[in-house]
Order: sequence, then C-alpha cells, then structure tokens
Amino acid sequence: MKNKGLNSSGKGLIGIISFLLGLVIALGVGWGVFPTLLYSTKIQPMNFLHSAHQDSTCEDCHFTRENGTYSGIPGLAKCAECHEDAQGDTEDERILVEEYVQQQREIPWKAYAWQPDNVYFSHAAHTGDQGIECVRCHRDVTGEAKLPPYYENRLTGYSKSTMKMVECEKCHADQGTSNACNVCHK
Amino acid sequence: MSSGTENGSHGGHLHYGMVIDLDKCTGCGACSVACQEENNISFRADESDKLRGISWLTLYRLENGKEYPAYRAISLPRPCMHCSGGHDSPCTYVCPVNATKRDPETGLVNHIPVRCIGCRYCMVACPYHARSFNWWDPVWPDPLTKMLTPEVSPRMRGVIEKCTFCGHRLNRARDQARVAGEDPKMVAYTPACVEACPTKAMVFGNLKDPQSEAAKLAKDPRAFQILAKLNTDPSVYYLSKEQWVHKLSDNDL
Repeated sequence: MKNKGLNSSGKGLIGIISFLLGLVIALGVGWGVFPTLLYSTKIQPMNFLHSAHQDSTCEDCHFTRENGTYSGIPGLAKCAECHEDAQGDTEDERILVEEYVQQQREIPWKAYAWQPDNVYFSHAAHTGDQGIECVRCHRDVTGEAKLPPYYENRLTGYSKSTMKMVECEKCHADQGTSNACNVCHK
Repeated sequence: MSSGTENGSHGGHLHYGMVIDLDKCTGCGACSVACQEENNISFRADESDKLRGISWLTLYRLENGKEYPAYRAISLPRPCMHCSGGHDSPCTYVCPVNATKRDPETGLVNHIPVRCIGCRYCMVACPYHARSFNWWDPVWPDPLTKMLTPEVSPRMRGVIEKCTFCGHRLNRARDQARVAGEDPKMVAYTPACVEACPTKAMVFGNLKDPQSEAAKLAKDPRAFQILAKLNTDPSVYYLSKEQWVHKLSDNDL
C-alpha cells in the first residue's frame, strides 16, 4: 500500500513492454509466418527450359486455334514430335522420355497463371488487336535456367501468381472495355 | 450503366432477344433438355419436388379452361426473360451484392454464382420464376461427369442460378470473330435451346437490328410479352394466334 505510485508505474512499464512484444509477434505472424504457411511449394514434374527451345517460335507450341480458343500448354504429342528418343543425357531428358513419352502419359504441369473454373479468359481478345505482350501477365521465360517453384494456396488450391480479378477490372476500366460479369465469368 | 433507362431504350445497337412461336411449339421439351445438358444443371434421383429442383427453362402447360370440344392446351417454354425495364430487371434491382446485373451492351441479365450469397431476394423478385436455388451441391452419376460442358462452371450449394442466354456461346462466338478478323461486338450466336428446337419455334437474335428475324417477329401482330403490364420489358417475346393465350399472359393483372 505504501509503494502505490511505484507499483502503478511498474505496471505501466510492463504493460507497454507486453504490448510492444505482442505487436511484434502479431506482425511477425501476419507478415512472415502466415504467408509462408498459406502456400505450399510444389515442384514441376521436370525442369523444362524455354531457352533450350529457341529453334522453335512461341507459336509452335502456344497458339490460338481457328475457333478462337487458346492451346495453352502443349500436350505430350507436341513433345514427342522431337523427344521420341532422348535428345541428350540429362536427368530431365530421361524423365521426359522414360516416364512420359514412352508410357504415353500426359505431363501434369502446374500452370502458374491457372485461373479458377468460373473464370473465362480469352487470349484472342487480348493478344490480337490489343497487342498486349505475353510478359504483361506471364513471366519472361527467355533467359530462364530453372523453372520457378509453384506456390499453391493451401486453402483455395489456386496458384499464387494467378491474376486477381481487381487487375482485370482495372485494365478493362482504363481501356473502356465492358466490365459486365459475363465478359470474364462463365 | 444507366444510359437511357426508359423501357427498352438502353443505348447501343445490340440487344439479344428471343422469340418463341407457341403455334409451332409441340411441347416436346427438347429445349429444356438441351439447356440442362449444355449448362451442367444437376438433377437428383427424385425430382418430384419442383420447389427444390433446378430448371433454367421450364415448360408450362396452358389450358383455356373449357370443356371438350372447345378444350385447347398449349406448351409455353420459359427461359429467363432478361428484362430490360426501367429498373433494369426486378432481380438486379434487389440483389444486395451485385451478383446479378444487366449488361447494357448486350441486354443480357448476368448472374455470377461465385458472388451470390444465396439470400434469394432475386428469386422472390422475379415474376417469372426464372431463378432456382441450389439446395445441395451438384452430383452427377459417374459417366455423366465426363460429359459436362467445360465452358460452363458448375454451381455450388447455397447459390442462385438461372438462364444466361448461353453467354458462354456468346463469348465463344466473339473469339471466333476476333480470330477471323471480324467485329466481335455484333456477333450472332445461337443458344442451346434454340439450336435444339425441332420445329424452329424459337428464334434468337439482335432485337435492335431491324433486319434480324427475331426483331421482325417481335413486331408481329401475334407477338406478346408475359406480364407486360409489370413494365419489366422482357427480351423474350411469344407468338400466338390464340386470344385466350394473350389473355392468360397478363394473368388478370
């Protein structure tokens, strides 16, 4: 009872310290731990290098079909055109030929820009007259020595680098293009 | 969004609409089945409870209420009306989360299930019963999962769904036009129900293009809209030479 003043200021100091400690821990969890826990890191079936395929043009594998749909990532048949037999002695070449081409099994690539099922995205609408470069939305693959890891959201199952709806809407608004639901959703 | 919201006079030169000739309709139900198949509409083992079922295009049976030999009955296929009245549509007016909105450029009333919170206000507001609620997650027996339309995303439990005038076909037609170097804005396309109709009773097209068959038929003396007095201005017109059908379409309003 005699040291009432001292006691209350000591309590105040403890309060401030525990508040700051709590803040640091909360920020650490929110900025550091949670985002790390939220995404699981997945590795592609093999290390495909765009830079090793410079004898082909982009359109050899990624092209718009006559009906307006986009081919996206090529299927195994496209790989097998050249890789029926091993083209070198790397481990990735062995995986491709022995585990996929010879067994006629499609390669389960993880698409970094994969969109949810309810999204309708048209490459024909963005690449043709609009003239938007691929690297506006996709990573620059020309000088790549290794495929980047694929981060999958543990809760939603979506890729971390999937374009968010707000980005689509912003660009559509800037370009004066319709933002009606049906334009991008199915 | 609200350019010229007088009835039916939204700006632009494009307004997709449908004309259904009830004198040609045999009531076979092919349109309804085609719709169900095209749009991945799920069904249950027991579909007898019509209050819980899902139907984008329902066939109604209208009767003139007289005894034989004066008895007459017709079938009336009812898709979403894609209303274009003063408040756009009754459903878009009540939606609290903008999950359903009328696109003034095409006249389509869009509904995005992933945004829907399942409050069912729109279902109540719709005078045409065009909206259905998903009381359960969709389930298909095994081989049918491989026959789903990839261009239409299945809906989940707890959201509303309705006819889109096959908006995915519009998107496809636009892309095809883009690749062919044509104008993607004004493309013509055919919804699944219209394509399936064996007697060509259903016609789909741009109501604002005076040359289109749909626009011509919509001005036919036989043409009428259902519940026209509500001023919802449906994009679906019906044709019938029977006066009792015209009278029933007003439902004694």
